[in-house]
Amino acid sequence: MDIYQEIASNVEQGYSEKTKKAVERALAEGCPPNDILHRGLITGMNAVAQRFKSGQMFLPEVLAVAGAMKAGMTFVKPLLAGTKHSSFGKVVIGTVRGDMHDIGKNLVAIMLEGAGFEVIDLGTDVRADKFVEAVERERPAIVGMSALLTTTMLHMKGVIEALEQKNLRGDVKIIVGGAPISNNFANEIKADGYARDAGSAADLVRSLLNTDHHGTPL
Amino acid sequence: MRKKYATLAFDSASLLFGRAKVPLTRNGVTIGGGAVIPEIKFTLPPMDVEESSMAVVADMFEDMVAGVCKRAFELHQNSIIVEFELLPEMTMNPGWGEAITIRIRSLLDDFRKRDGLLSLLRITPVDIRELEKPPLRRDGRETELLLDSFRRCARAGGDLLSIESTGGKEVTDPSIMAADLRGIIFGTLLGCADMEFLWGRICAIARETSTIPAGDTACGIGNTAMVLADQGYVPKVFAAVVRAVTGVRSLVAYEAGAVGPGKDCGYENVFLKAITGYPMSMEGKSAACAHFSSLGNIAGAYADLWSNESVQHIKLLSGMAPVVSMEQLIYDCRLFNVAAQKNFALNFRDMLVDSDAGLDPQAFILKPDAVLELSKTIISEGDDYIRSVRTAKKAVQILEEGVRTGEVLLPEREAGWIDRMKTALEDLPSTKDEFFREEHDRWQVAVDFSQYEFSEPDIEKGN
Repeated sequence: MDIYQEIASNVEQGYSEKTKKAVERALAEGCPPNDILHRGLITGMNAVAQRFKSGQMFLPEVLAVAGAMKAGMTFVKPLLAGTKHSSFGKVVIGTVRGDMHDIGKNLVAIMLEGAGFEVIDLGTDVRADKFVEAVERERPAIVGMSALLTTTMLHMKGVIEALEQKNLRGDVKIIVGGAPISNNFANEIKADGYARDAGSAADLVRSLLNTDHHGTPL
Repeated sequence: MRKKYATLAFDSASLLFGRAKVPLTRNGVTIGGGAVIPEIKFTLPPMDVEESSMAVVADMFEDMVAGVCKRAFELHQNSIIVEFELLPEMTMNPGWGEAITIRIRSLLDDFRKRDGLLSLLRITPVDIRELEKPPLRRDGRETELLLDSFRRCARAGGDLLSIESTGGKEVTDPSIMAADLRGIIFGTLLGCADMEFLWGRICAIARETSTIPAGDTACGIGNTAMVLADQGYVPKVFAAVVRAVTGVRSLVAYEAGAVGPGKDCGYENVFLKAITGYPMSMEGKSAACAHFSSLGNIAGAYADLWSNESVQHIKLLSGMAPVVSMEQLIYDCRLFNVAAQKNFALNFRDMLVDSDAGLDPQAFILKPDAVLELSKTIISEGDDYIRSVRTAKKAVQILEEGVRTGEVLLPEREAGWIDRMKTALEDLPSTKDEFFREEHDRWQVAVDFSQYEFSEPDIEKGN
């Protein structure tokens, strides 16, 4: 087993400490940070994401794996800062105004982070102007909105309109989700995509950004 | 002050649908007096709720109530419960909820006078105290608005006061995602403290307005775990244990003075009925319009009210969805009640139980023998911590035995989880103070401890 396989295996098993040590060793041996990220950390995480999607793993196990990946990333991230490998893309995410539901949005954030995206979580009850501010400040590739109530889902449209007014709509892809949301509704409000659950959100983002599981453009 | 229950109100043969030990009568409607009554709830279709749309919103509520009352009358249903669950905007602006309550009350009174349809109106303001992070459970403006909503809606014609309170959710949400029983128990303790605070005040409002402090639900905990288990995110055995522990939390409402009927989405109501003898509302197969569950039949085994949870006001082929729900509930209730009239209540209950119990761990812990064992554990001596730990351990033991004897199906991938939960529970300290000390730091960012009414020694030792 080479060092990259060892890192991937430790990530897959959710071993934070072992992952950290293996990454440290790989760096000491002169392995390129980009290879550690892709051939080690991401490879391990992707294997887990597939198992989770096919119902072979539970979320708590994925969280442990995400923790291991994060532990490994603490050494690699500073070395990749400013390069095209620093993140697969930035996602601003939030539950829309008037809606306090948290957990679905949090699940999506976990899945996206696990897939290598940088997630800026704006929380719940987020007004349109806050989404706009975040887009201006963070310059994300994706904006994700969640709503769990029939009486708050229309605020998603308000956010899209606010982004249009500020000429920011063309800069981002918009994804939506939540119990009352459907693909038809996403089309109606001119969102770019709808994720039916947290598990499919990362695939949707990848497909919108036209990248593969390693963040490489297709 | 919390009333303490020392004994159970029922034995296995008497724990039946439609029969409470302490029935409740108001406006000619008796709940738990022998018949199961439909409880209907509905919500708006996609639309904005703001000052400018309130006239349309109120018209729509009136339309929904008129529709369900008309169908109930046509189907010879003599009494119904209508639940008006306030949306966040209506709780933030108590006058809005009050105005709709007045309209609904007036309509219900018209149907009573004209058609003889008896009804009670359950008022459920939404717990808006989560707007701040960490949530302000006691000191925020939201707490005042929430209590003001209760008061105004009660004065405007509400009969039953309820809430889905969310105390402790800042801890239980991440703990559910991590299948972390330690966190679930810590969140339960926060929830118990919050319930004591909240229900003391709701009961005072009920006394002041001559309304009924009905009950709460740990929906945000138990049903979150249930839905995540249904989606395959967390193990079903874990969701089953979480459900059992929610009994400790929801009981606090009754210890603080609530008298039922408990809120429909609290599947833990089965334990609370066994303990308190008060009537309970339940939801099962006819609530699939709102969410899926594995408890469609068994949830009806002990129901005094039978609910649809909630349905959007949208058009279906036959009619508007709330009217469709009303019809489904009425037919369900007819079957319950005819079974009871023909002295088949026990057999019918057992059919409801047996059709679900072996197929899912969450249903298995709602079997009569499991309900009684868990209920006894919930009221065992000790504080909320001891009760929570004992209840979780008892639930694990019941599930382990059920799996061993082949009485309940355990999905293959859940095989190791019973042992994992046993280990987690064995690692817990023996006292609440010690537990606080161990857990306090881990949650201090998510929780503002000043918002929970713990006694000083707990806080000091916890720190």
